[in-house]
Amino acid sequence: MEVLILSRLQFAAATFFHFLFVPLTLGLSILVAIMETKWVRSGDEQYKRMAKFWGKLFIINFALGVVTGITLEFQFGTNWSRYSAYVGDIFGSLLAIEATLAFFLESTFIAVWIFGWDRISPKLHCVAIWLVAGAGTLSAYWIIAANAWMQHPVGYVMRNGRAELADFFEVITQRFAVIEFVHTVSGAYILAGFFVMGISAYHLLKKREISFFTRSFRIALVFALVFSLFEVVQGHFNGGEVATAQPSKLAAMESHWKTQKMAPMYLLQIPRLSGEGNLIEWIPIPGALSILAYGDPNAVVKGLSDFKPEDRPPVFITFVAFRVMVGLGMLFVLLTVWGFLIRKKLVENPKYLRIMLLAIPLPYIANEAGWMVAEVGRQPWIVWGLMRTSDAVSPVDPTQVAVSLIAFVLFYGLLGVVAFWLMARFAKKGPAPQPAQG
Amino acid sequence: MLETIWFALWGVLWAVYFMLDGFDLGAGALLPFVAKNEQEKRYVYHSMGPFWDGNEVWLITAGGVTFAAFPTAYAVMFSSLYSALMLILFCLIIRGVALEYRSKVEGHGWREGWDMLLFISSALPALLFGVAFANIFQGIPIDAQGIYRGTLFTLLNPYGLLGGLLFLCLFLYHGALWLGIKTGGELEQRARRFAKVLWVPLLILAVVFLVATWFATNLYQNYLTYPVLWILPALAVAGLLATRLFLQQGAAWKSWFASSAVVVGATLFGVAGLYPNLLPSSIDPAASLTITNASSSPLTLKIMLGVALVMVPVVIAYQVWVYHIFRHEVTPEDLAYEDGY
Repeated sequence: MEVLILSRLQFAAATFFHFLFVPLTLGLSILVAIMETKWVRSGDEQYKRMAKFWGKLFIINFALGVVTGITLEFQFGTNWSRYSAYVGDIFGSLLAIEATLAFFLESTFIAVWIFGWDRISPKLHCVAIWLVAGAGTLSAYWIIAANAWMQHPVGYVMRNGRAELADFFEVITQRFAVIEFVHTVSGAYILAGFFVMGISAYHLLKKREISFFTRSFRIALVFALVFSLFEVVQGHFNGGEVATAQPSKLAAMESHWKTQKMAPMYLLQIPRLSGEGNLIEWIPIPGALSILAYGDPNAVVKGLSDFKPEDRPPVFITFVAFRVMVGLGMLFVLLTVWGFLIRKKLVENPKYLRIMLLAIPLPYIANEAGWMVAEVGRQPWIVWGLMRTSDAVSPVDPTQVAVSLIAFVLFYGLLGVVAFWLMARFAKKGPAPQPAQG
Repeated sequence: MLETIWFALWGVLWAVYFMLDGFDLGAGALLPFVAKNEQEKRYVYHSMGPFWDGNEVWLITAGGVTFAAFPTAYAVMFSSLYSALMLILFCLIIRGVALEYRSKVEGHGWREGWDMLLFISSALPALLFGVAFANIFQGIPIDAQGIYRGTLFTLLNPYGLLGGLLFLCLFLYHGALWLGIKTGGELEQRARRFAKVLWVPLLILAVVFLVATWFATNLYQNYLTYPVLWILPALAVAGLLATRLFLQQGAAWKSWFASSAVVVGATLFGVAGLYPNLLPSSIDPAASLTITNASSSPLTLKIMLGVALVMVPVVIAYQVWVYHIFRHEVTPEDLAYEDGY
């Protein structure tokens, strides 16, 4: 029991921390690649300076994404050995393929990019950053296909007391994986867009390097606008997928208790912290939940009361995290549309710029909240319907896990402070001065 | 058959990881001893700069392949070696961050601090990998349920520690040779001198390890049955002699390649002796994890083999290309590089 709780906390800490860095890696690599491509195409030196400046922040962030990723792979073996033995045939192979196909590419070519400015041609150098960006997104696909399999296992047979692969193609192309991937990656791209806009806003407010930061802002704005709009529409389909594949998760996301047709949503709803039901349910919109989940007001939405208590996910966390994610997603649309309308006169809108500066942390929160919905909402299952989290944990000594958990929290906390301090420092400092001509 | 192929690939992945990251870990551990001033320190960092990250992916792949091809072995091995692995993990994290962050900020305290961390986080994994593998060769106390019946200190037995020292010394030597290749002037000379000095204890440790292996493990059983396997330890021994000879002649690359042969030969020597075990149990031979009772389904092994046959040559090709473009000695211009180390 203790090992279970400690291991869950440790996994949560390691995953959350890892995902503080991953989305920026995924998105910023693309933005830097776009900037460098513009430089190679136009020869305009300012684009090169942009690639270098944003690239520097990218590298600081990238390092932590890489090193904290190893923890996640190792933890399946150290802390979740029963899970590893049970599903390694499928889950392990996805991780191994991810490393061979994508990690090598990403880690090798990031070095080419960092150290190769004067050693290879600009075109080849530009190819290197596109390879990094492509490999990052590719690796996201494999890891999310693995996670999707935990959410919605397909293409397996139960044999030799474990889940064995039956249809590899189905595992890697199932709808759930594709939808989860698109949703996650879009969220990451939004984060990178807001990151670049926020830092650009800081400098524009100080009236420094106006053309440099206006250009940066606009590239990021278009990027974030497209993916914010896309995310809202796509998120709806994601919800539909969850409704069919994981009805108890959907019920927890909405704190929906009573199985019924015309299932309502409420303008104000607060679930009880413990125990069943909601504390407050004000102003119902009849049928709204049925429509959102199944596109039909008369569809029956199963409520939590019809799941055995031991089969329900923690409702409060799932419910709140879901609302945080959706609310922020809407806000991102608002902010990027607003930005698009005033894109020609950013400097004259300090109020907007200040908001965008303050908005930097918001996509981080939204990304983490999204994972909370996905992972907490999946409980009590580690593999949906197949294996409970409580059956997955390693038979190790709780003291060991307690020590490593404390070490992780302290150590990651410190590293996080250092990384964000360093990023803030270089972000504030701004780009290197324009090199002298000739 | 498939299981045997994967067993061999598994061994090769670890061997390649040790060969590549071995020199990074060695160079990092040598930092406080070979580098006398700020510039020399930055040379040491730069000597690993374009390589360490790509090298480390071999570890991720080796771990991933253990998980994918032999999930039961992965589960038992990683949970049994819990504390040792956690220490390695923390070190690898610190090392990566030290490499990336150290030279980004001026300031004596900042840089000295990261230098110290780089030293610890390079030396400790070198030692721990050796301890872990020696214990795997020897067998660890796991019962029929795959539950580990020892503590962290069970792993710190004489044979385990001997393996640790051997790995540490080997990586230090390997790293010193790398520094000799990548740097010039006094630093290069100093690195070479270190290599020459380290070679002696390395030779002694290697001989003691080979003898101790006879008494502490069953590895030689396979060598008696299949004498062709002697080629692996022979490779290590030949490499060990050749590397010293090349070092004497000042042939830096040749010496490093010979030392790579030592790392690969030594790792494969142990792995070949293990076969068909992946993790022998020291308390109940029937509880040992083998390629038959710990492997994945044939379908998974086949698919992964397909991926490996196509992708690993591609990976090797582009990594060789990267080593080629960054094969030069680190120059003062490299240090002036704003994103460099």
